[in-house]
Amino acid sequence: MNISKKEYAQLANRYSAPSKLYITVPKAFAIGGLICCIGQFFTDLYLMIGNDIDTASAYTSITLVLISALLTGFGQYERIAKHAGAGTLVPITGFANAVVSPALEFKTEGYILGTGAKMFIIAGPVIVYGIAAAFVYGIILFIISLFGG
Amino acid sequence: MQYLWAFLVGGALCAIGQLLIDLTKLTPARILVAYVVSGVILGATGLYQPLVDFAGAGASVPLTGFGNLLAKGMRKAIEKDGFLGIFTGGFTACSAGVTAAMIFGLAVSLIFNRTDRTRQE
Repeated sequence: MNISKKEYAQLANRYSAPSKLYITVPKAFAIGGLICCIGQFFTDLYLMIGNDIDTASAYTSITLVLISALLTGFGQYERIAKHAGAGTLVPITGFANAVVSPALEFKTEGYILGTGAKMFIIAGPVIVYGIAAAFVYGIILFIISLFGG
Repeated sequence: MQYLWAFLVGGALCAIGQLLIDLTKLTPARILVAYVVSGVILGATGLYQPLVDFAGAGASVPLTGFGNLLAKGMRKAIEKDGFLGIFTGGFTACSAGVTAAMIFGLAVSLIFNRTDRTRQE
């Protein structure tokens, strides 16, 4: 379950484009905005067939994750990410790519310690700190509810 | 109109991420963690949901939306289950996205083979 600094740098580098702000920021804006529009399209679609907004959003996430996983499988997500930088990192498709890419890449190290373990290289910390933050919020909410809030 | 706001708000959230990458050299993992935790805080304080209502997928698709979802799920779980909700709320809220990523990740790694190209330095 050890990952060398070099391997980590490779994973990390995949997202970082050369930094010239007047190029990278508009690109990230445009591609990130476009991914959100695709998300909006699916949300509207799922709303149209009679889901409530929370359900439609959940299905949208699943759909975007699926698209991202396929693009990652075909090696295309990285190609877009090279230009988009944070535009493909920040949307949920970036989270999916952060899971799928190492899962595929470390397949050579086996399905248990390769795919199974390494798929959480980036997603792991995101889940740990996301859940931890929500947990803290939960404790606060619970204490407030004790006092009849 | 909804698409315009989705584009602008989603784009802006990504542009902020790009600025963080270029100016601070934060790694992608740190940026994603920062976005999710910020989303939880903004969701908990009730600041993020108005943005979701306004910009739709522009606010819910970026990872801050994921954090907002965690906060929302936590609120729901505590209303329903009280103390136990503190332990179930977070994972319940993010289960769809995380399960999808895990299962599709597993499926992709079973089906596809990565050419060595991407592992070279």
